[in-house]
Amino acid sequence: MTLNRRAFIGTGAAAAVALSAPMVRAANHGKPKVVVIGGGAGGATAARYIAKDSAGEIEVTLVEPTRAYYTCFFSNLYIGGFRELSSIGHSYGTLATEYGINVVHDWAVGVDNDAKTVTLAGGAVLPYDRLILSPGIDFIEDSVPGWSLASQNKMPHAYKAGSQTELLKAQVEAMPEGGLFAMVAPPNPYRCPPGPYERVSMVAHLLKEINPTAKILIADPKPKFSKMALFQEGWQKHYGGMIDWLGPDFGGGNVSVNPDEMTVDIDGAVEKVDACNVIPAQKAGRICEMAGVMDGNWAPVVPHTMQSRMDENIHVLGDATNQGDMPKSGYSANSQAKVAAMAVRGALLDTKVFPAKFSNTCWSLIETDDGVKVGASYQATDEKIAKVDGFISQTGEDSALRKATYNESLGWYAGITEDMFG
Amino acid sequence: MSGRSLIAALAVIWGTAGWAEDIGDAARGEEIFGLCSGCHEVGRGAENGIGPHLNGIFGRRAASVGDGYHYSDSLRRAGADGLEWHLRTLDAYIENPKALVSGTRMSFDGLEDAGERADLLAYLRRFSDNPRDIPEADPTARKREVDLPEAVLAMVGDPEYGEYLSSECLTCHQSDGNDDGIPSITNWPAEDFVVAMHAYKRKLRPHPVMQMMAGRLSDEEIAALAAYFETIN
Repeated sequence: MTLNRRAFIGTGAAAAVALSAPMVRAANHGKPKVVVIGGGAGGATAARYIAKDSAGEIEVTLVEPTRAYYTCFFSNLYIGGFRELSSIGHSYGTLATEYGINVVHDWAVGVDNDAKTVTLAGGAVLPYDRLILSPGIDFIEDSVPGWSLASQNKMPHAYKAGSQTELLKAQVEAMPEGGLFAMVAPPNPYRCPPGPYERVSMVAHLLKEINPTAKILIADPKPKFSKMALFQEGWQKHYGGMIDWLGPDFGGGNVSVNPDEMTVDIDGAVEKVDACNVIPAQKAGRICEMAGVMDGNWAPVVPHTMQSRMDENIHVLGDATNQGDMPKSGYSANSQAKVAAMAVRGALLDTKVFPAKFSNTCWSLIETDDGVKVGASYQATDEKIAKVDGFISQTGEDSALRKATYNESLGWYAGITEDMFG
Repeated sequence: MSGRSLIAALAVIWGTAGWAEDIGDAARGEEIFGLCSGCHEVGRGAENGIGPHLNGIFGRRAASVGDGYHYSDSLRRAGADGLEWHLRTLDAYIENPKALVSGTRMSFDGLEDAGERADLLAYLRRFSDNPRDIPEADPTARKREVDLPEAVLAMVGDPEYGEYLSSECLTCHQSDGNDDGIPSITNWPAEDFVVAMHAYKRKLRPHPVMQMMAGRLSDEEIAALAAYFETIN
């Protein structure tokens, strides 16, 4: 038996073609229509799987403002000099040409839940039978006093990859000898990747090469963070003395900034900084508010299908959701997208729907060839997506294992981006 | 999926009859080693040949013999992931090398007879560190006894379910077969795949992500994956 790419991709198509006529199909509007908003790990994967597995029986439209999409995962590696920015940029060409997805580069500015239409900034109105929202995150205003989107060029967030990431790297490179880099870390829950602590590691790696007497200060409202022991061990080992982490016990939760003066006020102590990465508190992307699927800052979903708890015709994926135990990672969004794609096909074409399975792994690079990872598997319960089992890299692992872990992350990057963009 | 080879492979994983404290008959093992000696040397002055020398194999990390011996990528990856050679892992490897290390270059079909494997390992154990018979030492580690229900072997999976489950593999394993960093799973015989999944599920293979992924798959789900892979044969 052989399992090659063509066979792997082609089988779903063959199986779907063999299906009897779709059960659910309104007489007046032809093939069922799915509109996907957001072309990241959740949206691109969902669009691709629905198009691939329905073999033309579902009309899929993907709405994404940018033509060149830069992945948040691995954007920290660009800051560290381990990747070119171009290597984390992707286009939607294959989704359009090979999978027949109608890719529209525009902003969605409105959802009519009753008429089941999406309005785009350019004026187009897209009807849908199912709508998939995968918009990622927006920032909560005033969560870091003194900072607003208007100051993002002075103190970049670099939490949407691309020009912001380039800017942050350029500002680190421009720091004076022995200067100070500050990070205002976000409260839970936050998008990750780009992980703040991997980012600190990558900034430290860059500074160690070009500005070894520089310092890094992290102001953090959280008493602990993911892979904390691994990062602290790595920072001590590779960057001893360069990085200071101030948790809430040391005022890390009481921070304001002044982007014009380039100062950071930590619990009353004002520090002059040479570069500053502000990562504000986060909420679901704005389209979720327009679609009326928010409860608090996030969009609650039914774990079995990723349907919104507010509107059964809408599925929400990835960072924007409140789903339970999964982290807000691209891997999670990709995993959730496959569950949603299966549920959408089941609803529109009456194909089989199997029990949802979810998983996540997050790799982080601390220094050259020193990779670590954390991951878990999850299942859908009525209440939430619940963790089943997990693992994490251990402190004190040998260099061969850490190098293998880093190499694995390179393989994963190639795998997931192929899974998203074809 | 050939029933016989699946049974043989699973017997390794679940274990068969209880093992005596001693591994086996080393004298018979020396004769059986004739099957290996074309490639492997063991004993005083043993050197790497087509295969690495086998002195000190018990307790050794996979792919760790120096002296410039060139291992397959697959075996080096298993070693980096933490595969160590102990009774249980060596037995699995000799029984079916590819079940444990998919891309191994060891060109050996495997020894089906558990007794012969035991004898061979008893012989090889002589060339690893002593003392040998303390309870926690390598040679006296007991295999687990688990009865494999007939129903598991007779199980026919649902290929549609397998297709859905397989989508989870593609988050990491590239569908174009590229194997940088993460092994390729394309062009793989279905039964090798099933055996590998069970080896991860039983934590014979070392990788934590795969142990987690396979660990939560039921026997029905592994059968479903196998059924799906059969359909794209």
